[in-house]
Amino acid sequence: MSSIGEIPGTAAPQSPEAEIKTEGPGGVRRLIRQIRSARGVPKWILYSGIAIVLFFLILAIFAPLIAPYGFAQSSSGGVDFPKQAPPSGAHLFGTTVQSTDVLSRVIWGARTEIEVVIVAVFFSLSIGVPLGLLSGYVGGKLDRGLVLVMDALFAFPYLLLAIVIAFLLSDKLGQGIITAAVAITIVYIPQYFRVVRNHVISVREEPYVEAARALGAKRRTIIGRYVFFNVIQNVPVVATLNAADAILTLAALGFLGYGIQPTQAAEWGYDVQRAISDAGAGIWWTGLFPGLAIVLLVTGFTLVGEGLNDILNPLIRYRRVRKPEIPGASPEADK
Amino acid sequence: MTRTHENSLRTYLLTRIALAVPTVLILLTMVFLLMRVAPGNPIQAALGGHVPQAQIQAREHRAGYDRPILTQYVEYLKDALTLNLGDSLTDHTPVTTIITDNGAATLELTIAAFFVAVVVGVSIGLVAGRWRDTPWDVGGRMFGIVIYAAPVFFLGFLAQLVFADLLGWLPVSGRASPEVTATLSQHTHLFLIDTLIDGDLNAFWDCFLHLILPAVTLGLVTSGVLIRLVRVNLMQTMKGDYVEAARARGVGERRVVIHHAFRNALVPVITVAGLQLALLLGGAILTEETFNWPGIGFQLVRYLNERDYIAVQGIITVFALAVVAVSVLIDLVNAFIDPRVRYS
Amino acid sequence: MSDVVLDVRDLRAWYGTEGDPVRAVDGVSFEIRSGETLGLVGESGCGKSTLGRTILGLLPEGAATAGEIRYRNRNLVTAPPKEVRALRGPELGLIFQEPMTRLDHLMTIENHFVETLKAHESDAKEKEMRRRSLDALGAMGIPPTRFKQYPHEFSGGMRQRIMIALALVLNPKVLVADEPTTALDVIVEGQILEILADLRRNFDTALLLITHNLGIVAEACDRVAVMYAGRIVEQGDARKVFAEPAHPYTRALLESIISLATTELKYIPGAPPSLIDPPPACRFHPRCPSAMRVCSTKDPIEVSIAAGHVTECWLHGPEDEIPAGGEQPLEREEIAVAEEA
Repeated sequence: MSSIGEIPGTAAPQSPEAEIKTEGPGGVRRLIRQIRSARGVPKWILYSGIAIVLFFLILAIFAPLIAPYGFAQSSSGGVDFPKQAPPSGAHLFGTTVQSTDVLSRVIWGARTEIEVVIVAVFFSLSIGVPLGLLSGYVGGKLDRGLVLVMDALFAFPYLLLAIVIAFLLSDKLGQGIITAAVAITIVYIPQYFRVVRNHVISVREEPYVEAARALGAKRRTIIGRYVFFNVIQNVPVVATLNAADAILTLAALGFLGYGIQPTQAAEWGYDVQRAISDAGAGIWWTGLFPGLAIVLLVTGFTLVGEGLNDILNPLIRYRRVRKPEIPGASPEADK
Repeated sequence: MTRTHENSLRTYLLTRIALAVPTVLILLTMVFLLMRVAPGNPIQAALGGHVPQAQIQAREHRAGYDRPILTQYVEYLKDALTLNLGDSLTDHTPVTTIITDNGAATLELTIAAFFVAVVVGVSIGLVAGRWRDTPWDVGGRMFGIVIYAAPVFFLGFLAQLVFADLLGWLPVSGRASPEVTATLSQHTHLFLIDTLIDGDLNAFWDCFLHLILPAVTLGLVTSGVLIRLVRVNLMQTMKGDYVEAARARGVGERRVVIHHAFRNALVPVITVAGLQLALLLGGAILTEETFNWPGIGFQLVRYLNERDYIAVQGIITVFALAVVAVSVLIDLVNAFIDPRVRYS
Repeated sequence: MSDVVLDVRDLRAWYGTEGDPVRAVDGVSFEIRSGETLGLVGESGCGKSTLGRTILGLLPEGAATAGEIRYRNRNLVTAPPKEVRALRGPELGLIFQEPMTRLDHLMTIENHFVETLKAHESDAKEKEMRRRSLDALGAMGIPPTRFKQYPHEFSGGMRQRIMIALALVLNPKVLVADEPTTALDVIVEGQILEILADLRRNFDTALLLITHNLGIVAEACDRVAVMYAGRIVEQGDARKVFAEPAHPYTRALLESIISLATTELKYIPGAPPSLIDPPPACRFHPRCPSAMRVCSTKDPIEVSIAAGHVTECWLHGPEDEIPAGGEQPLEREEIAVAEEA
């Protein structure tokens, strides 16, 4: 099976001197320093991505305060909301066929997406990264076995996998947030595993690691000091891009009816699915707003990932340089 | 081709196929395990509560679900590899018939979408990589990012609004209009080809129109990944040693860029494009749902809703085998194009 | 004596950075005659590769050049890029250090030759191109049966020979070889040097041989130029310079060569200086065992030791330019142990 799966242009190991000078939390300090010294296009990409993600985070956290109504609320103060009403003063984004307020559902939906995605990415990471570290460093049969399993998992169309897992788990766990989260978690573990493992393998053969081993450093020290900080440079990029994918997967599950149930929470994918039948009747607001929300949030995460990659990745990082002025005077002149 | 050239290709092919075997086994094992995660067994899950328990037990026995798990596993592997996938629980159609009847539709959609993805993705990626950090580059990247962020069903929704409702240009449902479907003779089940075989240009046009929206939607979404990849690859190849060496011999800049940088940048793209197939197959499910395109994905969703485990298991098995087959094919193409691959 | 083919005067090549520029080549002058081999020696990071690329106009975008490279009555520094590009191949050639990555893996050797020939002679006939290519390859010891093979089917030494053949097929008058044997083993190195020596004899090609290996210079070069921190500190007839080195740096380099007769390891203390902020006046003064006071305050002036042998070092004068007391030995702190470059 081909082993392509790396984010194109993932960072090559950093030089040893840099590692020695900034061990421990210093590694993180160096990361931050690099980010802050970024200029030009990558800087804007990163910052706009962060802005978008922060915006949605705020929506998610403060949903109860920001959203005008509940996500399943179809009346207020004894008055029923109109059904499928276009955007107006009362309902900025209009209402759905179930008389719920679209704007509120979009805001509550943000909370759902962020919740599920953060949980899923966190768990995927916590399982995938250590496994990758172990597998890459220890090698041997354990490594070969794990690689075979992960490759197979990775080759499977991940949406299909997520759908099947969600579907199967829905009998045991009931449909809903947990099922969706578990499905997404499982599907993304191979990604972290592969990236981390490949990186560990390339770092393992670096001369400075060999030197450390020759000097008698314990295995734990080597993994902890040299390998770990080199490797985790890649993880933030993978994590943000995975967050982006996870949202798409969650929305897809919602679209197919295997994600969150409407009684539990609002979900953008589910809303778009309901809206498709509206499209025929020319009702555009029920689908446009949730859809745009998906696009925006996913773009936000992707921008953060791409921006980070541009800045941290020495292979494609490039600084704008000015052509120097060579003074006409010859240096033979007396000082 | 020199004799060594042919030999190395053949050796590579054989090795590659040999390597595929463990992958197939693992995938099939995974499918098997997945299907057993469900409480009880498929038959219980599908029919429990609807049909008296005695009948269920009889059917279980007939289907072999009360045998030890290892025996079931071996049976399953045998069946899967001989494509004996059983009959669906709900409508008793042989699963293989489900596949053949609907597979072509998915195939047609996937190939068309792949074509769109490659054309759009590669051209934008090349432009973006060549003129780095110019508006072309930033624009191209943003396009790639945003289009990938748009779920297929949302694009489908927009397409319906604009192209069907607003402009009335394109149909949004099905593979062909009812009249055409009725008169179509199914040679290959690939409508575009069948209509050409019949020489019926009107029908061809009808099918083509129906294919446009789903294929373009799915293709555009997939192109996002290709744009990113091609761009980064090109930026790296432009700095390549052989590029500098060609310049040192006075080879013109245009030739250097197109012949050396572009071509070398695209080589790994083939592999990744092949892997996009995994993306495409997943996306095909969503696209088929959105546009009522009667393919395997569409059927899968139907059977999932009806809890028809046997059909679901069969369809997924075929998917798994297809994915492995495609990956072998992609590796082969790669080996053909890049001589270095054969020797690694 | 044959004609001067390449005349370089006060050449400067600076790379732009986010801060101060890197002054890789900072006022270099030399000339090469046809049929002559000039060796350019120096430590890593002294600017010799940059010098080679500057002659062919192959510097990256952020680099600036000044001075003169006189070739055939043209100054290549100020000539329009299109003109310089036309010269690359038929007039100026460059052989790179690392042969493994210099050929496009997707193209056969034949393709490489056709591409090179067609770039300069668009109406070349296929038969003719084939004949010339095979001739060039044959001169390098590559049999015609391998003409249609791919680069990865050749070893490193053979790839370097192919690169040389590619450089020679258009018969350039000036050939720059940038450390052509550094990446190869000793036996292959010998073969390559033979080939380069043949150039001198048979084609009258002027060769600029860039290397850090003094042995190669002694073996293969007519004249030698010693480079340090972006400047040429000594140049002259190879044998004479090695027999009687004038500049302390040259002397130290020669002393540090290891041979079977070596009993004690000698090295030059300190590390090569930064090219962004080189030491003032004589750039070698921080590491020079014979440094005088004037060496750290006044730029050395080029003096002629013998016919064709020049150096820039205050030890050789000119006396009247040295201020009073300048001849006192220079006092300075212990040379710091080499830091990471």
